[in-house]
Amino acid sequence: MTQQEALFNYCLRLADNSLILGHRLSEMCSKGPFLEEDIATSNIALDLIGQANELLQYAGQVEGKGRNEDDLAFKRSERDFFNVLLAEHLNTDFAVVIMRQFLLDAFDFHFYGELKKSTDATLAAIAEKSHKEIVYHLRHSSKWVERLGDGTEESNRRIASALNDLWRFTGELFEMTEVDNLLLKAGIAVDLASIESAWKKTVADTLQRATLTIPENTFMQRGSREGKHTEHLGYLLAEMQHLHRTFPGVEW
Amino acid sequence: MNEISEFAVWKLLEEVPDPEVPVVSIVELGIVRSVSVQDEGITVVVTPTYSGCPATKMIEMDIYAKLKEAGYTTVKINTVLAPAWTTDWMSAPAREKLRAYGIAPPQGIIGDKITALLNPERNIACPHCNSTNTRQLSEFGSTACKALWKCDDCWEPFDYFKCH
Repeated sequence: MTQQEALFNYCLRLADNSLILGHRLSEMCSKGPFLEEDIATSNIALDLIGQANELLQYAGQVEGKGRNEDDLAFKRSERDFFNVLLAEHLNTDFAVVIMRQFLLDAFDFHFYGELKKSTDATLAAIAEKSHKEIVYHLRHSSKWVERLGDGTEESNRRIASALNDLWRFTGELFEMTEVDNLLLKAGIAVDLASIESAWKKTVADTLQRATLTIPENTFMQRGSREGKHTEHLGYLLAEMQHLHRTFPGVEW
Repeated sequence: MNEISEFAVWKLLEEVPDPEVPVVSIVELGIVRSVSVQDEGITVVVTPTYSGCPATKMIEMDIYAKLKEAGYTTVKINTVLAPAWTTDWMSAPAREKLRAYGIAPPQGIIGDKITALLNPERNIACPHCNSTNTRQLSEFGSTACKALWKCDDCWEPFDYFKCH
């Protein structure tokens, strides 16, 4: 694998995390539990899709085959997406939406904080910008985890169940591959092992305030680094890519 | 193409309002980073406020339209991401214009911004009555850059331009 191939894959991974999570959140538009949350999830979705746009643009440049951000978002199939499994999880319950968001916001907060120091100037610039947006996302989702966990019996039951369901998807967040190792040597990538403990601390502090406990001995699901996904991603892409696949080259 | 100075281009761009907050110009908001005039035409360098700000494309169109109106058609717009846009670039008169328009301007932050922003803001002054007896209704507002607040003295709701 060349450094260029590794960087292309790395950009796709970051972009897909933002794009797929952003798309999932956009599905909440008009379905939020109340108006303020509807606005919040839509705003966060917008930030994430904006970040994905910047990352995909850069991925296209790195690849050098003339693909732009729309080609990469709308013309790749499921197995060519590298977002973590957690990002594609369904919006089954507001507590699930919040817990999924919190676990990923906490990861992004530490990840992009480190990526700012990347020797790759474009990634560092995207990180600098994204990090400021992610602070607001994390603040929003962590306060909700606290409120639901330390709320009523029902809200506690739901957020605890969301945590138990989603925890198994957190292992692969820190999985290092050949791509990471190659780019790490060049000072481009983030050493995921170095942010794992900071992420755990952020998560544990909030969960403690929320009176929730991290599940133990969980079997960790993985696969996204090789483009292997849960059954949910295909349906998501079918909807997201519908227009571009039906009307190739469509512009508006 | 007629001769035009960089100063004159800046003056024209100062007349381009932000599409979301029309009371301030894109220059006052710090969106225009630089202007250069060469034989080939005018180059305007802009930076987006938020990654997903839907106004970004509109701002580009407004810049082209403004310069075209003044007779300049060979215009190039370059978007740069670094240094990342910050509300620190907003001038004092721009902050005052926001307040007069009913939007509380971003709070100044001393020390590390990222750490400070992990905690909710307090005592944002109401742009209508200046009371600090206010509270946040919604962390996200009508646009990506704003939050929704309410004054507990005059009871008016207001937008707060978030620190970024």
